[in-house]
Parts: sequence; C-alpha cells; structure tokens
Amino acid sequence: MGGVESPDYASHDRAAHEPYVAVFTGDVKRELDELLTRYPTKMAALLPALWIIQRERSWVSDEGMAEVAGFLDLTPAYVKGVVTFYTMYHQHPVGKYFIQVCTTSPCGICGAEDVVKAFLRHTNTGELGLTSPDGRYTVIEVECLGACGFATPVMINEEFIESVTPDKVPELLARLA
Amino acid sequence: MGFPHHPHPRETTVLTKHFGEADARTLAGWKKRGGYKALEKALGMQPADIVNVVKDSGLRGRGGAGFPTGLKWSFMKPGDGKPHYLCCNADESEPGTFKDRELMRWTPHALVEGCAIGAYAIGAETAYVYIRGEFTEPLHWMEQAVKEAYAAGIIGKNAMGSGKRIDVHVHKGAGAYICGEETALMESLEGRRGNPRIKPPFPAVSGVFGMPTTINNVETLIAAAPILLNGADWYKKMSLSSPKSTGTKLFSVCGNVQRPGTYEVVMGFPFKEFLYDLCGGPLHGRKFKAVIPGGASVPIQNMEEAEATLMDYEGFVAGGSMLGSGGVIVIDDAQPMVTVIARLARFFAHESCGQCTQCREGTAWTTKILERIRDGEGTVEDLDTLLDIGEQMTGKTICVLSDSCAVPVISGIKKFRGEFEALIQGKRFHPVTAAVA
Amino acid sequence: MAEKKMVNLTIEGRPVSAAEGTTILEAAKTAGILIPHYCYHPGLPIAGVCRMCLVEVEKAPKLAPSCATTVAEGQVVRVYSDKSLDARKGVLEMLLINHPLDCPICDQSGECELQDYTYQEGREDSRYREPKRFNPAEDFGGDVIYVPNRCILCTRCVRFMDDVAHEPTLNVSERGDRALIGKFEGKDLTHPWAANVVDLCPVGALLSKDFLNKARAWELDRTASICPNCTQGCNVIMETRENQLVRMRPRPNENVNAFFMCDWGRLNYRWMNEKNRVERPMVRGKNGLAASTWEAAITAAARALNGKKVFVAASPMLSNESLFLLTQLMQGGSGAFRVTEGEEAPLSGVDDLALRRERAANVFGAEKLGFNKTKELLGGLGQGDVLVVAGEDLAGIDASTVARAGDVIVISSVLPDVAGKASVVLPIANYSEEEGTVTNLRGRVQRFTQAKQAPGETRPSWLVLGDLLGAMGKQTNFFLPSEVFAKLASSNGSFAGLSYDSLGFKGLPLVDAPPTSPKAPIAVAAR
Repeated sequence: MGGVESPDYASHDRAAHEPYVAVFTGDVKRELDELLTRYPTKMAALLPALWIIQRERSWVSDEGMAEVAGFLDLTPAYVKGVVTFYTMYHQHPVGKYFIQVCTTSPCGICGAEDVVKAFLRHTNTGELGLTSPDGRYTVIEVECLGACGFATPVMINEEFIESVTPDKVPELLARLA
Repeated sequence: MGFPHHPHPRETTVLTKHFGEADARTLAGWKKRGGYKALEKALGMQPADIVNVVKDSGLRGRGGAGFPTGLKWSFMKPGDGKPHYLCCNADESEPGTFKDRELMRWTPHALVEGCAIGAYAIGAETAYVYIRGEFTEPLHWMEQAVKEAYAAGIIGKNAMGSGKRIDVHVHKGAGAYICGEETALMESLEGRRGNPRIKPPFPAVSGVFGMPTTINNVETLIAAAPILLNGADWYKKMSLSSPKSTGTKLFSVCGNVQRPGTYEVVMGFPFKEFLYDLCGGPLHGRKFKAVIPGGASVPIQNMEEAEATLMDYEGFVAGGSMLGSGGVIVIDDAQPMVTVIARLARFFAHESCGQCTQCREGTAWTTKILERIRDGEGTVEDLDTLLDIGEQMTGKTICVLSDSCAVPVISGIKKFRGEFEALIQGKRFHPVTAAVA
Repeated sequence: MAEKKMVNLTIEGRPVSAAEGTTILEAAKTAGILIPHYCYHPGLPIAGVCRMCLVEVEKAPKLAPSCATTVAEGQVVRVYSDKSLDARKGVLEMLLINHPLDCPICDQSGECELQDYTYQEGREDSRYREPKRFNPAEDFGGDVIYVPNRCILCTRCVRFMDDVAHEPTLNVSERGDRALIGKFEGKDLTHPWAANVVDLCPVGALLSKDFLNKARAWELDRTASICPNCTQGCNVIMETRENQLVRMRPRPNENVNAFFMCDWGRLNYRWMNEKNRVERPMVRGKNGLAASTWEAAITAAARALNGKKVFVAASPMLSNESLFLLTQLMQGGSGAFRVTEGEEAPLSGVDDLALRRERAANVFGAEKLGFNKTKELLGGLGQGDVLVVAGEDLAGIDASTVARAGDVIVISSVLPDVAGKASVVLPIANYSEEEGTVTNLRGRVQRFTQAKQAPGETRPSWLVLGDLLGAMGKQTNFFLPSEVFAKLASSNGSFAGLSYDSLGFKGLPLVDAPPTSPKAPIAVAAR
C-alpha cells in the first residue's frame, strides 16, 4: 500500500572490519553542504548528517562519528552522546535485512508477539538483536511505529510494511533479495 | 474515513476527504482538488487577521494538549527583529495514534500549505517539518511535495508571488518518542539529545536557536486552510456538545475492533455510537472491556464511562479520561489488563530521556513491578508501591512523560483492580466471555 | 549599572529580600536555609534535572524547582512542608533503587551528599525488589575513574567540561534508566582542569585515582590554605591524615578561582610531605656541623650576620612575613629568588583563571618586597658575602658558586649538599606547616594556615627570623605571624591598611595592585 522501496544495503555485506573510508567526499560532501544551508547552526545538521553516514556505510561507527564531528565543529564525545540517544542509528553492523516489529500495546493486543516469534523462527536468528549466521537478518522489537490501525506494522530497513500476520512472514522474507 | 475502509456516512470528512486517492499526493492532483487556494488567500491578508480568524474558529492543538491555536500564534510578537520559526510536530509516536501518518502520506501538500499559512501568520520565514525517522512514506511524500511546491514557486523566496519568503524543510527524526514533546523537538532539531527544556522560557520567547518559535501538530496546521477558506463560523458550527470544542477531529482507532482506521467526526460525537456503529463493534464473540481514547497517556476508560462519553475535550474529561491525541485503543475481554498496562509502562521506560530522577527510575521500576505481577510473582504490597511511585511521578518533572507513565497504572489499578489482585493471588487470567469460534 | 530591583518573599516563615532574577534556592541561602539539591551548582549553568530541590510555593499548582525558579514578590515558599519533604523522600528513594550498597568500599563515604540527605530525610528501608542495573567502572583518563553504578545522572561533570572547561569530552550516553556518563574512545579527560569533576560529583561515581582508598573522609583534618603551586593563588583546603597531606581541594573564592583548581596544583602536594628534613638546629664546631640548641644556634647566626654584607637566596614559596623579615637581614645587601616555569593552562570558562607559568605561591610577594627574580640564583652573591639560604634547596647549583660566600647560614627545611660549609643551620617548617600570607599575580594578599605539624624541633620561618633579628638587636621578637604582618603593613605602603582580620579567608588586593576588571558573576544562566 503505497510502499517505498528501500535502498540497496549491499554495504551490509562488507565486513565491519574494513578500514574506514571517509563518507563526506564528492557528491556526498555537496549533500552535506546543501544541508548546512537549511539551518543557522552547523550542529543542527547533525541528525541528517548521521543519516547520510548510515545510508552510505550501513551503520554509524566511531570513525564516522569523528568524521562528522570534524565537519560540524563538534567533539566526537558530543556526537556519540547524540548517537546513543536515538534508537535508529546502528552503532554496530546489523544483518542485511534489519527487521523491526512493533510490539507496543495497541499491536500487542493484536498479536504482535506472534509476529515476532514467526520472524525469529523463519530467519533463523534465534534471539532478538542477534544477526543470523548467514548475516542476512537481524530481528528486533520496536516501540509504536505509528500505524496501530494496521497491526502489526513491520519495518525492514527503510521499507514500512503494514498488517503483518504470522502467516505472511515466510512470503515477506522470500521477497527479499 | 475509517480509512482504509470506505468513509462512514456519519463521518464528516474535511481533512480526510482525499485519503486513498493516489493522485491527491501530487501538486497537480492537489490543485485539482482546490489545493493552495487557502494559502493564496492568506498571503493577501495581514498575519494578525489570519491569527484572529483561527482564534475565532476555536481550533485547538490536535497533537494532544488542546491549546487554542490562534492564541498560541498570537504569542509570536511581530517586529521584534528576530527570525521566527515554525516547527511542525510530525513526530507522531503516541501509542494508538496514526492520524498524522495518514494525513502526510495521502495529503502531503495539505501540510505544505498548512505550514506556509502558519509560518506567514507568525512572521516566520522558515518552517521545519520534524518527521519521525520511522515514517518512510510520509518522509518520501513530504519531501516530494516540498520539492514540487518550490519548483512551482508556491514556497521559496517569493511565495506565490507575494514577495514573502517561506522556506519549508523536512527534518528526519531518529527514533525517540520524547521528541514529540515540543521543547525536546526543538533540542533534536538543533542537533542535540532530545531532552525537554525547563519552561520558562517558553518557545514563543526563546525556541529553536534561541529564537521565537511556534510548534504545531500536523492536523492543526492542515485544519488552518479550510478554516481560512470557509470562515471561523463554519468551523465553530461543527460542534455537537461543548462550544469550547469546535470543528472535526481525526480519531485513530486500533486494537480489538472490527474496523480499525482513521475516522473524522465532528467534535462532540457520541462515543458509544462511534465504537459500535462506525468502528463496527467488537470482534466476533468478544466484548469490549476498556478503551484508552486519546493515546497511551490518557486515563483508561471502562466501558460504562466510554459509552456515556461525548467525543470532545470536555466530554472525555467528564468521562474520566482526556481527548489527548485521539488515538483510540480498544481493548476487549480477551486481553489481560495487567499485560496491556505493563507493556505501556515498558514503552515509557524505553522512551524516557533520563533527565529527571522520578521518570528515569520510576518508569523502569513501574515496568519491573508490573511485569512481575503479570508473570504471577506479584505481592500484596506491590499495588500500594505502584500507586506511590505513580504519585511521585506526577507533577514533579520537566515534562509529562513521567505523568503519562503513571496515568495508565493509576487508572488501571483504580478501574481494573480485580485483575491485578487475581494475579497476585496466583490465579491465571481468563477472558470473561469465552470466544465463540 | 542600574540598581537591581529587590523582591520580598517569605521562605519557611523567614522574610527574605533578594534581587530580581535570583533563584529561590540562592535566596533561601541568605535566610540560612540550604534546600537539598544535586544537579545545581553555582559555578555551572542550571540543569534542573535531579528534582531534589522541589519546594512548595503557596498558590502554585505544582511544586517548583527552586534552582530554576526566580523569586517573585509575595511568594510564600515552604521547604519543609509535608509536600516538599515527601517529594524529596521520593527522589531519594528513586536514586537509591539502582544505587549499589557500596558505602563500606566507596571513597565518597562520609562526604557523600546522597548519604547526607538520605540520613536527613530519606526512607529507612527500600521497597525495591528487582535486580539493580550494572555497568563496569571506567578509567576516564587523567586522575578520574567513573563508577556508573553509583552515578545519579546529575550531569555536573558534563556541564563542567562543556561550559567551564569548554572541552566537551564527557557526554550522557544512552537514555532512560540505561543512561550513564560516557566519553569517546581514545579521547580521555586530559584537560588540565578536568579533575574538578571529582569535587563536583555529589556521590562516589567520579573518583580521584590519586586519592583512591587512601583515607576515609572522617579521618581527615582540614585547614584553609592557598595552593602553593603557581602564582594564581587558588584557595584550597589542605587535608591530612596522621600528619601527612593526602589531598588538596579547591575552596570557593569569587575573586580568584571561582570553585576550581587545576589538576597540576591539586595533585602536587607530596612535596610538602618531604621526608629528608633537617629537624634540629645545627652549629659548626671543631668536628663539623653538630646538633645544637635553638638559643645557641640563633646566637651563632646573629654573630655570623652582624655587620656583614648579606645576600639572601630565598624561595618564592616563603610567606610575605618571612620574606619581609629576610629583607631586614640584608643590611645593604640584596636578595634573589628563582622559580620553575611550566605551560600556562587557562580554565577558559572563568575570567582570569589559569595554571600560571611561574610555579610558586609568592613570586609577586617576593618581587614586591625587593627580591630579584633571576635564573642565576647566586648571580648577585658577592665575593665574601654572607649567603643566607632561605627556604631554598639549592638544587642544581654548583658548589663552586656557593664557595664565593664568606659564610653560609641555612634557614630551610632541608640541608642542601652544596651548602655543606654552612656555619649555622636553622630548620624551619615548610609551607604546609606554618601560617602566613602570600601574594598572587594580581596582587591579592591571602592567608594560608597550618595544615600539619612540623617535624622534630623545626619552627615556623617567621618565628626563627624574628628571633634572629632580635638577637641581632634589630627588633623585638614576634609571637604571632599577624604581628609580623602588622609590622609589614605599617612599613610598606603597598600593604598599608591590611591586617589578618581584614584579609579573612578571601584575601584583599594590595593598595597598588594592578586594577583587574570585575570578574564576571559566576554564570548560572541556562544555555
């Protein structure tokens, strides 16, 4: 229903052990420069800049935090304080498909727990927050996704899927590349 | 709209009229539907006059606080030489609420228009639309709509040829319910942790970047357009009960109900008919047990209260709760109340920013006790402890997340004490009515 | 500057008059009431997060955070009403639910604000039955260890680094009850003023590595003093245990150091516990230097000095009193001092506050009293002069230079090797073992007091010098350092009008001190 395709997370496939490559170069640097024109302070571009890092590298590493700190005249410690406040920035690599199931009460009373169990079973991740052995999936519970009338909503990376029930899970997973 | 269902004949679809029409999301499609006529009219008016129309209409903040919008706009002093800012609060994260998501993904241009009108009315040249990071579709459609509006000269340096500058920027959140609190939203916009600020100073005096700022909900801003076009009287007339509650309100209905979705009704609509008629009543074989009518932060209603309520600000208060965000969570007799409330407490504990002692420690402590009771390991003292903690969490913190966590606990124990006591006594939960296959 | 409007209110029944804009908490202090609090600190921007300072204000619907609420005309504030007490009791209970029962092993015990307020107003028991949150202790670098389990998230440390040190090295990480103080990997707390966070921490979450497990707070004797380690003259508390200095901490002085002292100063106290002391007066006899009596030694020294040209090699650690008396020994000669230097390290958030280049307490006083600052300490020593070595250890001085002197009188706490030909040795107390005044680089004269007992038969330097001058027929003996200071004040125009009474423990500027811009009021405005 009016879904938006999620970007290709091939970058997930590369090990997190690779040496850090600067994010804000070329076009991406120009993107940051444009962002800076929207706000009267450099600091205000931090959240959007962190999204760029996550888009480009699939997660926000310490090196990424240090890089963006340099561009925005902030300290790395300050940036880390911000990154750890917000739940959507990954501070470590996650599976190629990051599956987030809403389980807050309005979805809880519509069977969200069963949807979680179905995902855990069919992705073979074993436990919430862990990445499956083949590196493809990480499943977590999240708080209210703001689609309570379409229980149970699920996000897979940037894709927002409504009305997921346990029986739909295998087909959903099969769709993923 | 009962959306995604067909609009119910008893709905009054002002803001939800075009839900489900894919074409309404484009500039061309929106213009065909009368879009941007209100902005055109507004740009030909004096800002003070716009404020007066909105004041007169009785429009109140639709995010949950219900503060009179025209009055809020009037706090922005013109001619102070400082840049003014409008922030649209699209951080919708109150459990049970999903109306803003619908508004943005079906009528994004309505929000662009609303922001432009609001910005102009308060003397702001810049509006930020703070959309929570999880709202992939709204983000996509809003960015697209803003792009289209710039390209068509509707906003930008010379909005609709008025000579006035209006900039609209979409700003993506990153996963924090607390950023829906207006001062935390401003902190987040500034690139900081989403910690609510102490008031005073108030946003209209010192807001984002230290400048006068107004923060409005998505639905509130969108409502400004039809008010300007049709007049304050038209809006005021839409009021079935209290004259202090005017116009229509979007209610997000979810939970154990036949037809969950987004409904738009006139203020004062009878809640009983809303639940049983418009929303289709309970699921097959079940009975309604409780309703949380305004998002997780308002008191739980038992059905006796709910069925006597009229759906407006004053009506919900009389019915033992509050209108809040209008997120209607319907709970049937198959759901253990303790489980529901424990999971709400867990939500608040997860979302607490951690500044204030009572909230940081109290939300987590409350959750732990409730989960123990849920799992059959509660003790007799736990209920008094919970009520005590709830009292310590009320009225003593920088923002009301703390109070919000206490609300379902206190109202739950008050109105469903039997379920708590049964679990403490070691009995297992059973639905009151057996499901009929 | 316009007069500030005064506001009248009542706090716990006491009438209070405070300037407009004052917070209730600060106004209450003037009424003798200390509203319990954690996150508030007069040297830091207001946070208002601990919620401990909530007070009842009549006619207001909610309790008010007194650290963040300004006084209003006619306000009636209740600090000890049932509502206020109940709210504080609630905060204390909440702070303790995850707080470990570490008192028996925690350094803060005995000077812990969580202990203090809980004992005063907290519950007797805990109702918490769940597992406590746990995080391992962390080395933050510099002198600082962080113990997250004890942290009450008051954020004083973060605000200090952000808004006073201007080096945001600390953050709050995570959120909710998972929150804790954090730093960035590889970026330690090496700022030269970072250890102030240990003082600021109300509990035992931030600890000094230097002080770790060294002493219990209640075992410490405390005296007011001035840091001797540079010319800034930060006001300090010297703390001793069993006559050994174990810690120095800053004392507030709005005209000198606000609430802070630098890490170099604070950790450099061990030299005052020096062991290699000369503890008895000595006089040279047929068989070299031998222990003597004070009377004999003073007499011998007076004889050695009388009528001779004297050169005084003094230490800039000596007090104004001792340096003043030394000038009277000069008899037409001269005196000099040398001072070690290091990098200046300002605390940028406080006006005119830095670890100064010259690393001694009384450089300015010595210069004011006529001593020459020099790199060649004995450069001014003439052939055949009597060399008086006062407070100096002559480290790095060549014996051949000393040999130029006709005689050497040592009036120090140690006996320098190169002064081996000395005919008299008069052992004196060091800086921590006597009382006196020093003058900082802005010409502020400040009192320091005795922190520990001097060893053996050593005596205060001013007493020894007074006795010596008496034996030389130059003046009557002094019984108190204040008497010496009074003599100094009456004979030196710069010190005119000053007395120990007027100096108190905040000090006063010299009459001709260079004018300083009034220090900015200590910042308390929210960001």
